[in-house]
Amino acid sequence: MELFVTSLLNGVTYGLLLFMLSSGLTLIFSMMGVLNFAHASFYMLGAYFGYAISTKVGFYPALVLAPLAVGSIGALVERYGLRRAHATGHVSELLFTFGLAFVIAEAVRLVWGSTPVPYKVPVSLDGPLFTLYDATFPTYKAFMMLVSVGMLVALYAGLTRTRVGLVIRAALTRPDMAEALGHDVPRVFMLVFGGGAALAGLAGVIGGNAFVTDPGMAESLGTIVFVVVVVGGLGSLTGAFVASLFIGIVQTFAVAVDYSWHGMSISRVAPVIPYFIMVAMLIVRPRGLMGTRET
Amino acid sequence: MIVRSPMRAACCALVTLFATAASADIKIAYIDPLSGPMAATGEHGLHELEFAAEQVNAKGGVLGQKLVIVPLDNKLSTQESQIQLQAAIDQGVHYIVQGNGSSVAGVLIDAINKNNERNPDKAVVFLNYAAVDPDFTNDKCSFWHFRFDANSDMKMEALTSYMKEQKKVQKVYLLNQDYSFGHQVARAAKEMLAAKRPDVTIVGDELHPLAKVRDFAPYVAKIQASGADTVITGNWGSDLQLLVKAAKDANLKADFYTYYAGVVGTPPALGDSGVDRVKVVTYWNPNSLAANRTAYIDAYKKKYGAMADPYTGSMHNAIDLLAASMTKANSTDPAKVAKAMEGAKWDNAFGAVEMRATDHQLIQPLFVLTFAKNDAKARYTADGTGDYTFKQDVRFEGPATARPTTCKMQRPS
Repeated sequence: MELFVTSLLNGVTYGLLLFMLSSGLTLIFSMMGVLNFAHASFYMLGAYFGYAISTKVGFYPALVLAPLAVGSIGALVERYGLRRAHATGHVSELLFTFGLAFVIAEAVRLVWGSTPVPYKVPVSLDGPLFTLYDATFPTYKAFMMLVSVGMLVALYAGLTRTRVGLVIRAALTRPDMAEALGHDVPRVFMLVFGGGAALAGLAGVIGGNAFVTDPGMAESLGTIVFVVVVVGGLGSLTGAFVASLFIGIVQTFAVAVDYSWHGMSISRVAPVIPYFIMVAMLIVRPRGLMGTRET
Repeated sequence: MIVRSPMRAACCALVTLFATAASADIKIAYIDPLSGPMAATGEHGLHELEFAAEQVNAKGGVLGQKLVIVPLDNKLSTQESQIQLQAAIDQGVHYIVQGNGSSVAGVLIDAINKNNERNPDKAVVFLNYAAVDPDFTNDKCSFWHFRFDANSDMKMEALTSYMKEQKKVQKVYLLNQDYSFGHQVARAAKEMLAAKRPDVTIVGDELHPLAKVRDFAPYVAKIQASGADTVITGNWGSDLQLLVKAAKDANLKADFYTYYAGVVGTPPALGDSGVDRVKVVTYWNPNSLAANRTAYIDAYKKKYGAMADPYTGSMHNAIDLLAASMTKANSTDPAKVAKAMEGAKWDNAFGAVEMRATDHQLIQPLFVLTFAKNDAKARYTADGTGDYTFKQDVRFEGPATARPTTCKMQRPS
């Protein structure tokens, strides 16, 4: 029972972090049709910016400034890189973001070196929040969960309840019509890409000190966000949310159970389970849990 | 996922070009990860190797020739390593250095054995500074392979000898990476604890994939539920940092007995959460050195920064023995040098060491240390930190760490 409750809690926490990571990716895809391979690199940039800024002016300003900085870089990338690649089709876009991921990884290594930086959880959020059986639940994890849920609510409200959201959705489904009505569609795209990058950056600021901030962090999370987005359905925000929680909980429980099948214990393969789920999903239901189009 | 790093590749290619140009030098190829998730560890090793070679060169080199290091990036992949080995051989390299990953070392030993049999004029000697799978100096031993780190059984022997006296240790949990080295650690821990502490129960034996887990909270929850008071782990790099971090978050009370808590990036990640709880078995204990043996460390810190720690002492030992053996054999011919290296005895900074002739395993003093706040102002802090250090719990002389070998060494006639 004790293990069940802590595992459930751990699973939900991990799932919510995955959602923070994948929301920006699914946003960019649903709005622009661009599968952004450099998404995890923006996450890494967020962590490094968060580290650099928090050592100067503290964690809370960094929480705002670092995502803004990452978002600006994202917007510039869209304006001067992706937009040109867009003219020659989706394959160029894909290759462009693919190359960008390597450029960012190498740039980070040149600036901050290849060893992890000492990015620490702020003192005000350090320490236990409550004790469950023998285990403590850290305040910082609760903070992560709060930000993640806040992100979902804000995104959902922003896209469905505000004028900006209306224009964005209009530019997505009927770009010609939106343009004819006087809206600057390329600028909307730039804002969406920048916004998606900023979300990844925010996840980086929060995830970087919860785990490790090193140049390998983009690579280690780069694949799992695609799993979340594919399982949830490309372009579906709620789908990504459900899939994140699902994968987080499944992975955590796979570690917790002591069950062996033909000498192969489940916990040994736990980190690979999300990929099994993705492959199965692509075979059985290619559009994902809540997707609107085929992947 | 393979991360390519064009800049580094270009840089390596350039270094290679220069190395080829100066053909009178003794070239030593360094085959280790210089890109990808484990690049930090690989890069640290390269610094130490270059520094050790510089020290020899500053004294006039070996037989009037300079040692030149040729860095080759293997991305921690066995396939890339074989390609890089061939590239090194084609450049006329006769000495290679590698250490990260017993998976890689095993492949290199096989490839070198084959190469040296087919092309005796292109023979290669393998200086292994950190791959610790015991097989390499037992059933898989080779005349061309020399290991300068203590193998994982020797380290476990030292660790369990220390644990024998620790009455606190009652319930032990084993958490290791799922590859040859992690399996060896788990096996040795079970065998040796059964012999030395039959009263101890093993409450968990878990393997997780190498360098894939980001959130160790589920594993820690399981350790907690098992009631373990002690965790033994061979984890290294981010796998150790994240594990200790998760343990701190969940307030896990257990002590950690590790192999690699001193390795680059780990001490800063440990921080306060590791104090008095994280132990390490190692051949490196700079604070135990006499004042006249620390010049090397101080020179290293001068070059790479005050918080850098040249903890890969085996690199220093390897280059020293190589240089001494070339001088002794009065030749750079790999077969002659390898013969001269066999059975060599000398004093390194920590005491008497011996390159055991029967299996090419270096026998050297080992320490069990505990991560601690540097309140007593010890001279040397843990790598990357200013206020933490490793305190000595116990020291084992070389002969006490030696283990019998099953090696039947095949020597070239």
